Amino acid sequence: MYPATFEYHTPGSVNEAVSLLDRYKDEAKLLAGGHSLIPIMKLRLAQPKHLIDLRKIQGLSGIREAGGAIVIGALTTHWMVESSDLLKQTLPILPEAAGQIGDMQVRNMGTIGGSLAHADPAADLPAVILALGAELKAMGPKGERTTKAEDFFVDLLTTALQPNEVLTEIRIPLPLPKTGGAYEKYPHPASRYAVVGVAALLTVDRRDTVQSASIGITGIGSKATRARAAEQYLIGKAPDNDALKTAAERATEGISIRADLQGSAEYKAHLAKVYTRRALTRALERARAA
Amino acid sequence: MATTTKLFGSRIKRREDPRLITGKGNFVDDVKLPGTTSAAFVRSPHAHARIRAINTAPAKAAPGVVAVYTGKDLVEGKVGGLPCGWLLPDIKLPPHPPLAVDKVHHMGEAVAVVIAENPYAAKDAAELVEVDYEVLPAVTDGEKALQSGAPVLHDQAPGNLCFSWTIGDKDKTEVAFKDAAQVVKQRLINQRLIPNAIEPRASLASFNPATNDLTLWVTSQNPHVHRLLMAAFVLGMPEHKVRVISPDVGGGFGSKIFLYPEEVIVSWASKTLGRPVRWTAERRESFLTDAHGRDHITEAEMAFDKDGKILGLRVKTNANLGAYLSTFAPLIPTYLYGTLLSGLYEIPTIWCEVSGVFTNTTPVDAYRGAGRPEATYLLERMVDLGARALGMDPAELRRRNFIPADKFPYQTPVAFVYDSGNYGPALDRALQILDYQTLRQEQERLRKEGRYTGIGFSTYIEACGPAPSQVAGALGAQAGLYESAHVRVHPTGKVSVYTGSHAHGQGHETTFAQLAADELGVPLEDIEIVHGDTGQIPFGMGTYGSRSAAVGGAAIHMSLQKIKEKGKKIAAHLLEAAEADMVYEGGKYFVKGSPDRAKTFQEVSLMAYLAHNLPKGLEPGLEATSFFDPPNFTFPFGAHIAVVEVDPDTGTVKILRYVAVDDVGNVINPMIVDGMVHGGITQGVAQALWEGAVYDENGQLLTGTMMEYALPKADNLPSFETDRTVTPSPVNPMGVKGAGETGTIAATAAVANAVMDALAPFGITHIDLPLTPTRIWQAIQAAAK
Ligand SMILES: Cc1cc2nc3c(=O)[nH]c(=O)nc-3n(C[C@H](O)[C@H](O)[C@H](O)COP(=O)(O)OP(=O)(O)OC[C@H]3O[C@@H](n4cnc5c(N)ncnc54)[C@H](O)[C@@H]3O)c2cc1C
Repeated sequence: MYPATFEYHTPGSVNEAVSLLDRYKDEAKLLAGGHSLIPIMKLRLAQPKHLIDLRKIQGLSGIREAGGAIVIGALTTHWMVESSDLLKQTLPILPEAAGQIGDMQVRNMGTIGGSLAHADPAADLPAVILALGAELKAMGPKGERTTKAEDFFVDLLTTALQPNEVLTEIRIPLPLPKTGGAYEKYPHPASRYAVVGVAALLTVDRRDTVQSASIGITGIGSKATRARAAEQYLIGKAPDNDALKTAAERATEGISIRADLQGSAEYKAHLAKVYTRRALTRALERARAA
Repeated sequence: MATTTKLFGSRIKRREDPRLITGKGNFVDDVKLPGTTSAAFVRSPHAHARIRAINTAPAKAAPGVVAVYTGKDLVEGKVGGLPCGWLLPDIKLPPHPPLAVDKVHHMGEAVAVVIAENPYAAKDAAELVEVDYEVLPAVTDGEKALQSGAPVLHDQAPGNLCFSWTIGDKDKTEVAFKDAAQVVKQRLINQRLIPNAIEPRASLASFNPATNDLTLWVTSQNPHVHRLLMAAFVLGMPEHKVRVISPDVGGGFGSKIFLYPEEVIVSWASKTLGRPVRWTAERRESFLTDAHGRDHITEAEMAFDKDGKILGLRVKTNANLGAYLSTFAPLIPTYLYGTLLSGLYEIPTIWCEVSGVFTNTTPVDAYRGAGRPEATYLLERMVDLGARALGMDPAELRRRNFIPADKFPYQTPVAFVYDSGNYGPALDRALQILDYQTLRQEQERLRKEGRYTGIGFSTYIEACGPAPSQVAGALGAQAGLYESAHVRVHPTGKVSVYTGSHAHGQGHETTFAQLAADELGVPLEDIEIVHGDTGQIPFGMGTYGSRSAAVGGAAIHMSLQKIKEKGKKIAAHLLEAAEADMVYEGGKYFVKGSPDRAKTFQEVSLMAYLAHNLPKGLEPGLEATSFFDPPNFTFPFGAHIAVVEVDPDTGTVKILRYVAVDDVGNVINPMIVDGMVHGGITQGVAQALWEGAVYDENGQLLTGTMMEYALPKADNLPSFETDRTVTPSPVNPMGVKGAGETGTIAATAAVANAVMDALAPFGITHIDLPLTPTRIWQAIQAAAK
């Protein structure tokens, strides 16, 4: 597996990376963990003439709390997310999901920014980021801008990032009290990507009524999406088994489902419902226990 | 007897492992020669197309390119087609050019090769070769290929039929079915598998114009066969001028037995260019060009009397051979399949018809088990269906049909004579490990809770170490089935054993050394096992069909006897005793009854080479060569039981337990056999649940990467519970049988039967492989309607 020839750049700052991107435009690709980009370069499905490695840039990696939010640098690896004590305390759904990505080697190299920017329709983190209502910060030639997670994923392998923008950080608001989350994944038997992945976040009040619900689903469509109909159904309801089941039945409303070797659209829709019910059930247990 | 000494039967750690697991192995790609060029192949993106024209000019002009060749260049260079090593009556043999000339017949078939200064330059230039294709309709399904109007691949094989082959007694079987109390029928698909050895295929050819010698390093399970086929039949080079070395090889599973186009082309290119030429497959090329396995569609019928005794078996199989005949392709769905259809059962009559069919897919050949997993899956599914139909316990029905222990040697209705066997105890032991009755009660209880567990059996027989050569020749083999061993004792008493077998994961450097150290009574460290080099080793047949211990080991055993005999003569002479009074034990020759009058193996070895005081007429030196041609196959057998739980919500299967009781005869190294069994079960389970090549109707391979093709992963498997019974084989002096394929042969059926048992409450009797969640879920949905 030999990629086509490319020139390799190691900018020392985000601004330098942006100006390289701006200079080489379509001929350039950013490199983070390389675990999505390099395989497709080796298959020669991608042949960028310029590879701009972000890994020499200081400050793009790390997890911190700031102003009522958790801030994760784009270059933070899946393993750092999986093992972060701060995340385990504040947003445990994120380490839970990151720990289910690929295998140890993949998690040691792959980055959260790379995963979100690549927008593989079967990647795990997009579902979680959606459920958590994150904001994504990017730097471009005209400066910084912020995009809401739900506006970020546009289509298959397509995000709201401009070709000359670098994703720099992911900002996630700290959850309300009595919030519980769970990520349930049916892994592809070969790749371990999500055939279906459901991230559910539930907040209940003292009378055990659902105050807020957010559900991100990945794997079944051309991009990760929120399951709005299911969320809406739950809000204000007592979350008994029937309610969760009915909500789960609505999980795929509005999603156009891709059939592939893993199953028909009908089967994948069914799986999404089963996994939504499972994610909601566990999220609820955790919300109640919080 | 060897079994009573100390190394035979011990769990000695593999001597090859420290080097292999610390990255110090020497694989083909590790061999570095100055001035080596790299080959990159231009491969057809189409499954079936006529080649109108190839423009190599842009590639030839690219930087670093040394040469670009097409199929026409090879024809002009007098490179022949690839031969087929097993012929059947009336078989159609279409030409198999190493590079396609007029037409491509499967996706990934090579149409040109670029040789360049480095692999990057070769790959870049390969993209510049312009091939003008006229795309033709393709057919990938063996049944569709036989239908009238199907695209025809080769003019030499009208209707895509390569051969029709039968075994058994048609009329007698028909009568048996007439008398039956119960007949079960099932269409069974044994899906196509892609081998995926961890080391991709590789070759490095170096031609020396000064001496006209060609050395080829190649990932081969049988370097001598490679040399013979390539030198004599394809390149027309004198065999003694070709040396084939297959150094460390990272797995084969059959896929590295065969002669492939790439090694032929790099050899020819090296000769033409006078420079070394290397090719190492990319994983994508492995998926597209390593010979695939299985791919049968079968209509099977089994007849029973009212007590569950099998009366007859009728089988009609469509075997998809792919686009060309790979080296041993005709053998696999015939003599390695039809002959196994009696299993370990007393079946009065069998009739089996096989059609071998060309399709626009990668060629199919032996893959771990080769024919025998297909036969076992068929039999074990049919027996289970019979048990279900008759309302009998599947273990009991099997037991009722086992060939009784006092009936050996047993003549099956499909050619084989089983020399030994005792099947009941293996099943009993497996049931005992499982605690079968308790588990059945537990299953009943869980079903009431809406949980679906299943218990699946596979009692199997295997035929290993194909033999003897004379019979094989009569059946169409273009090769013998013996093995060679040369033992060289050095003057200091250290020993080199040259074996015609080849290790690519089997651990011969350990097990063969155990055999030799025991026989000679010398330390293991004093024994070296040499394999994989035609320049050092007498002509040998290599490793496939679980033959190495039983055939290769037996050849070593023979040579060791010759060494001991000669040693005895020298020792008797030195001790002034009669040869008949000499005993050899613990590394010493001594006079019977007086162990003090002794000469050590080392003393005798030294004298053999000093030759100062040898018996009159005895030649100096201490070496022996033997060729062992076994009188028969060996017949391992066993009972495997899988316990699974099916999640009816999603159709996913979890394996809860897996019990395997195998009988591989005497065991040289239990740890290595355990490893073989574990790996084999894993591959068999993978066929049941995950693996399967999928082509679309245009012949595009959809499962052509590791991201789509689901190889087994350790965390999807339970800890295997294994045990053994021991019925020594009478056909070799050590009483060993094959152990390399048992797991693969047994496991697929065990898991499939377990899943069907779990799904019994839904009335589901059969789902085709692989049993993916989507298929299981669909079957449950369909059953609910
Ligand atoms: C064997 C294997 C199994 C895997 N299994 C899973 C799985 O189960 N679940 C899962 O979610 N993922 C899986 N992955 C993907 C893995 O998580 C990747 O690492 C991830 O998708 C991409 O991250 P990366 O840092 O490797 O990005 P790269 O491969 O370096 O880049 C990916 C793309 O994103 C762009 N990019 C990267 N960083 C930025 C940035 N900061 N700003 C803008 N653009 C950027 C690159 O230009 C490129 O186009 C698997 C990968 C492999 C190889």
